[in-house]
Amino acid sequence: MARYILKRLLMMIITIWIIVTLTFVLMKAVPGSPFNEERTTNETVQANLEAHYNLDEPYIVQYLLYLKSIVTFDFGPSIKQPTETVNDLLGRGFPISFELGIVTIIVAVISGIILGILAALRHNGIIDYVAMSFAVLGISIPNFVLATLLIQKLAVDWGLFPPATWSSPAHMVLPVIALATGPMAIIARLTRSTMLEVLTQDYIKMARAKGLSPWKIVFKHALKNALMPVVTIMGTLLAGILTGTFVIEKIFAIPGMGRYFVESINQRDYPVIMGTTVFYSAFLIFMLFLVDIAYGILDPRIKIHKKGGGE
Amino acid sequence: MEKILEVNDLHVTFTTYGGTVKAVRGVNFHLNKGETLAIVGESGCGKSVTSNAIMRLIPDPPGKISNGSIIFNGKDLTKLTEKEMRQIRGVDISMIFQDPMTALNPTLTIGSQLIEGLRQHHKISSENAKKKALEMMDLVGIPNPEVRLKQYPHQFSGGMRQRIVIAIALICEPELLIADEPTTALDVTIQAQILELFEKIQERTGVSIILITHDLGVVAKIADRIAVMYAGKIIEVGTKREIFYEPEHPYTQGLLKSVPRLDLKGEKLTPIDGTPPDLFSPPTGCPFTARCPFAMEVCDKVYPFHSELSDTHHVECWLQDERAKQLLATSATK
Ligand SMILES: Nc1ncnc2c1ncn2[C@@H]1O[C@H](COP(=O)(O)OP(=O)(O)O)[C@@H](O)[C@H]1O
Ligand code: SF4
Ligand SMILES: [Mg+2]
Repeated sequence: MARYILKRLLMMIITIWIIVTLTFVLMKAVPGSPFNEERTTNETVQANLEAHYNLDEPYIVQYLLYLKSIVTFDFGPSIKQPTETVNDLLGRGFPISFELGIVTIIVAVISGIILGILAALRHNGIIDYVAMSFAVLGISIPNFVLATLLIQKLAVDWGLFPPATWSSPAHMVLPVIALATGPMAIIARLTRSTMLEVLTQDYIKMARAKGLSPWKIVFKHALKNALMPVVTIMGTLLAGILTGTFVIEKIFAIPGMGRYFVESINQRDYPVIMGTTVFYSAFLIFMLFLVDIAYGILDPRIKIHKKGGGE
Repeated sequence: MEKILEVNDLHVTFTTYGGTVKAVRGVNFHLNKGETLAIVGESGCGKSVTSNAIMRLIPDPPGKISNGSIIFNGKDLTKLTEKEMRQIRGVDISMIFQDPMTALNPTLTIGSQLIEGLRQHHKISSENAKKKALEMMDLVGIPNPEVRLKQYPHQFSGGMRQRIVIAIALICEPELLIADEPTTALDVTIQAQILELFEKIQERTGVSIILITHDLGVVAKIADRIAVMYAGKIIEVGTKREIFYEPEHPYTQGLLKSVPRLDLKGEKLTPIDGTPPDLFSPPTGCPFTARCPFAMEVCDKVYPFHSELSDTHHVECWLQDERAKQLLATSATK
């Protein structure tokens, strides 16, 4: 296990390094600089500023400085908001984005699985049809469209929930629904189809032949096997939810990390771009690692911990 | 002898898009306490459906026990509710399936799959349950049971898995064990070991066994009586002697000719020509007519009556009619 984790950690570091390098190249390839946009700064001031942020150095030196800032996890101050460091921005935005993301994942996974199981157990019944029509809708409506609809109907027309910002549990409802519906629908459909397949397996028949209750058969024997494909696509779903938070945070004016990320790119605020990119990618990679661990726990045939006995 | 199971006029149908499959069409047989009855027949003749019907494990829909009774220890199983049936499955009647590679749940340890039946039906401490599990592992011949209990199915070979499946079936000490082709998926040497295990278990526990197989060779070793099934009906039943040495039904005779035998070395193996009838619309007469070398005009039209050649030897074939017997006798003397 320790060996495996060590190997994975090394892989993660390499992945992050590649992402950082690509981001650096893209950052430099995009024309513009933090100082030559709207404001007309005079030449010397601009040169001084660039020198201050080491932007006058050769690219290779700048690149190495960036790497250093990543290793020490100190990105320095934001260029656009010089009173704040990048770490300040992350520290403020991350808990909010994290909350939005985690609540979304929990809601999507739990409701998706429950919906999928119900549909499978009532195969071709009313619940099945309703759940699956709902799922198809959920998959085909983009989250920003759903977000707009939710704000219009539930917030503006009916006044059930606050339309924007992030200050109480009630504020969470609409953004979480908007962000969770797509992944939930995907999970529901996948759970249903794998559940249906698992229920025809011999070991389920054997469990019935033991006289086990239907409840035990579904939760002890079928669910674990049915969830494996769900765990497999969790990585993709997580990435989707993560990018979804940029859009949803923007629509609902949620002061999370997504805003800084998007703004920093528009403003060529290099330290903030680097900081948020590293942070987002490290977070996603770490989540994917957790998904793999979960997969290994669910399926004993995948050996990540120790060498199995065999005959 | 005391009967533990009596199946009367059992009919099972499956409703599909293509029509209604009449998989089992009036099956009658019984099982005495402590004996082994083999049900033999070509694949698709309704053996598994019959055994699933006894366990009430026919998937409904599309399947349905449309008629008949299954009397187990005086109780008609077809009349029980699903909940009552759960008290019988795994406790009084257990079942072993054909493919040990798929019968075990890949995500659960052997130990948990062994013990769960026991804990479902009896109030038993986990310590005692484990003790019982170790006992069972020992009975079915799995070495090093302490370690093995903690392992997963993929860590066992096919033969070992079938032993575990047998241990699971026996852990609640059932009175009746239904084994549906328990050795078909295994290679020959392992087959022999598993059959020996059945004998040993019956000796120790006195369990009554229904052994389902398409292979008469398997039956020769351990069956007391044999029922031959064809197109959803039992067409001949008798003791092992009667079936092997005095088979009366042309289908049984054909089956015997297609089994390799040690005592008849020189003889050629001849498979039965043709295929069984379509069970969507089975013939009204004898279903074997199209393949039978003795078929007569009546065979196609009317189903043959039931003849009892002895207490134990019953057959359903028009050749048992006196007129057919006379005809055969005269043509033989010519
Ligand atoms: N779930 C089902 N749906 C439709 N037909 C079935 C089903 N199960 C079995 N049958 C039909 O019942 C007949 C007997 O099958 P089975 O008992 O499995 O044969 P076998 O003697 O090989 O065990 C076959 O013709 C099969 O097509
Ligand atoms: S009833 Fe007729 S067709 Fe059927 S087995 Fe007997 S002789 Fe053959
Ligand atoms: Mg079968």
